[in-house]
Amino acid sequence: MSLSLPFTKAHKEVAILIEFTQQLINGLSLGAIYALIALGYTMVYGIIMLINFAHGDIMMVGAYVGFFSISVLGNNIVVAMVFAMVTCAALGVVIEKIAYRPLRNSTRIAALITAIGVSLFLEYITIFLLGPNQRVYPAQAFTVTNYHIAGLSISNKDVFVIACAVVIMIILQYIIKRTKTGKAMRAVSLDKDAALLMGVSVDRTISITFAIGSSLAAAAGVMIGVYYNTVNPLMGIIPGLKAFVAAVLGGIGIIPGAMVGGLLMGILETMVSGYGSSLYRDAFAFGVLILILLIKPTGLFGKNTGEKV
Amino acid sequence: MQKMNIKPVRFAVEVIILVVLFTVVQYLISTGLLNQYYQINLTSMCINIILAVSLNLINGFTGQLSLGHAGFMAVGAYVSAVLTMNAGMPFLVSCIAAALAAGVAGFLIGVPTLRLKGDYLAIATLGFGEIIRVVLQNIEYVGGPAGILGIPKLSTWPWLFGSVLLTVLVVVNLVNSSYGRAIVSVREDEIAAELMGINTTRYKVLAFSIGALFAGLAGALYAHFFYVIKPETFNFLKSFDILVMVVLGGLGSTTGAVIAAIFITVLTAVLQSFPAIRMILYALILIIVMIYRPQGLMGNKELGWKIFGRLWGEKHGPAEY
Amino acid sequence: MADCGVKNMALLNIENLHKSFGGLSAVLDFNFHLEPQELVGLIGPNGAGKTTVFNLITGVYKPDQGSIEFNGNSITGLHPYDICKKGIARTFQNIRLFNDLTVLDNVRIALHKDVPYRLGTAIFRLPGFFQGEKEITQAAMQYLEIFHLESKYDELACNLPYGEQRRLEIARAMATRPRLLILDEPAAGMNPIETRELMGLIRWIRDEFDLSILLIEHDMSLVMGVCERIYVLDYGQIIAQGLPEDIRNNKRVVEAYLGEEVG
Repeated sequence: MSLSLPFTKAHKEVAILIEFTQQLINGLSLGAIYALIALGYTMVYGIIMLINFAHGDIMMVGAYVGFFSISVLGNNIVVAMVFAMVTCAALGVVIEKIAYRPLRNSTRIAALITAIGVSLFLEYITIFLLGPNQRVYPAQAFTVTNYHIAGLSISNKDVFVIACAVVIMIILQYIIKRTKTGKAMRAVSLDKDAALLMGVSVDRTISITFAIGSSLAAAAGVMIGVYYNTVNPLMGIIPGLKAFVAAVLGGIGIIPGAMVGGLLMGILETMVSGYGSSLYRDAFAFGVLILILLIKPTGLFGKNTGEKV
Repeated sequence: MQKMNIKPVRFAVEVIILVVLFTVVQYLISTGLLNQYYQINLTSMCINIILAVSLNLINGFTGQLSLGHAGFMAVGAYVSAVLTMNAGMPFLVSCIAAALAAGVAGFLIGVPTLRLKGDYLAIATLGFGEIIRVVLQNIEYVGGPAGILGIPKLSTWPWLFGSVLLTVLVVVNLVNSSYGRAIVSVREDEIAAELMGINTTRYKVLAFSIGALFAGLAGALYAHFFYVIKPETFNFLKSFDILVMVVLGGLGSTTGAVIAAIFITVLTAVLQSFPAIRMILYALILIIVMIYRPQGLMGNKELGWKIFGRLWGEKHGPAEY
Repeated sequence: MADCGVKNMALLNIENLHKSFGGLSAVLDFNFHLEPQELVGLIGPNGAGKTTVFNLITGVYKPDQGSIEFNGNSITGLHPYDICKKGIARTFQNIRLFNDLTVLDNVRIALHKDVPYRLGTAIFRLPGFFQGEKEITQAAMQYLEIFHLESKYDELACNLPYGEQRRLEIARAMATRPRLLILDEPAAGMNPIETRELMGLIRWIRDEFDLSILLIEHDMSLVMGVCERIYVLDYGQIIAQGLPEDIRNNKRVVEAYLGEEVG
């Protein structure tokens, strides 16, 4: 009898560790998705100081495009994702040109209100055209297999999401650090007028930023479709908001910040919902946001700048 | 200046118009000429006017974008419902308590939040609005997600009329005073205002709290007409509804807010069976107004006696202010 | 009563003021004093830190080190609105009027800090409100008359011609009834005739209202013609101070402006 007691205790500790790691893995996939969406927010904010309220809804459009690509066109998941990314890149460019560019010299508030309008528009035009009900991602898109290693359950969905996210982020880093476009993006976000004087096409650079950000959101949308199986017209709101919080957490306008912020938010949310109460899961994101804004609005990686008088 | 004699005349005319308006509608209701459908819309109209005018004080006059107004409406609705139903309080007490509770909520949220600027402030208020909703969703005492049902129908026309009158009067009197000018200076140039001796944070919080207070009143009226309240009713989409009214009417015009509230109520009634189209229209209103006419319908002008003065070619002196 | 010694006759006394932004020193070891009714100028090349000094005095920035005393009281680190209430008013390099408000309202706002009625009185339109509004409006119109803007009381501030906008800014600052008026490049954008008028106006204000004036200016004719004492700032530090004639002939000052060795 005395032999079994220490054994059970160690067993319990291992069980806790396994549980924790399981949550961590679940959180990683969610975090990867948030990171992709957060990147779009942060890139747009970095370049034109706008909180693109409609970004979460672009993700939704991406999810729907992916859905149609698979169910109607019969494509596989990768093709569907690329298709969604291209479509949403175009959508992002169009939105910027029609709704945001005219307001580039207006107050930030005016642009924010317009962004709210765009968000509502995307949501309700989808409801109008496709109905408010959710659609289910066809099972043939992605055959789910679960791997069991050391007591952990990892689905190939997790692997897919994390792998895709990593690949996309690597490509993004390359674009930003190594290409002329990336340099232009960084220049415009630092000083628009100076960049203009240096011969950078500000309009084109902003369009490209929107295109990239929107395509990342689309990828995230398809991943959500695969991971959670359903899509609905209002699916962009909550994840969009959480991803925004992630971007602010990392430091709005700072790209590595969005990646780290996204991962953190995903992991934190999974922990809260796994260990705490799932009822407050959504309010938790808001709570984090308000805390950041009150304590360090520039986020984890941000620096402080004051207004010049 | 024979102007001196005009003021009491104008005041008398204003009072007469209001009395007539009140009596006519009351008559139509009592005799049943105004049926259920019109009564519902009339009530919605009054509630929307209060919401729009109170939000306009924050967004329009003070220039602080608040996206969580529905949260204060929720506070008022729930506080009043609980007091009427569980504590047996008379309606007047419930309404006052609801408004005060919302005002206090506005103060508590405003103090930390109004230190933020521009879009950060907007998002923070959105966040607080949602937090209020989620908290209410998780309190069993007020019914959780199902909310409160069976609220007595106490919001009659006199209550609605009186509340609208009170809201508009308070806001207009506030704005047309030195305190109102201080509030507007915060919108115009915060740093210059501070350097002229104005504690901008104090005035932001003041406007925010008063706006929240009247949103709470609107919530109380809503609860006691529409019978049931749920946390879902007061989500950010409701805040956006009110924003649309304020943007359309003109950020900084009480008259504009009133007109826009009436228009939106009518629009909602007409498009009752097509909620998606209504939302698409709202979206288009926000986008088109911001791009092509950011000052909305009225800009920051008000409808008033000055219009008639201009028609008669009068010149008025600074005492007219 | 502070016991810092006889030196405390000064209206404004600044000691060891330091301010940096992100590692760059904008103002370094700044010492300054200004007597009642004095007309003092602060000059220096662009970027020397003159406006930063004004921002530090008026509370827009908080100093990293040092103290600012006004009228015997420390105002270091106070909010701008408190500093204004203590009697310091200013105008801005780039005019900061309340653009969408009328000329009259711009001045009336400056009078708000001494509003003669309470919030409740305003909301419920008690008699005190009407009397108070009359007082405020009359006082505001008086300031407008002094600056010859009374006929435009109903105009939006943004619609005024440039020169009148500058005058309105000064009128608005004066309406806060300051003991020290700080002018940040008041003659910017003015032609020689307007500048001469401004010089007369500045002197007149100082005499008529019994206050001190501190100004930043690039127009040397105005500075030399109006200031009784001058401080010269370069790279955030005072490189010279004294009477106008001394400053005019000071080699270091000339160098600072020309950016190279002279003689």
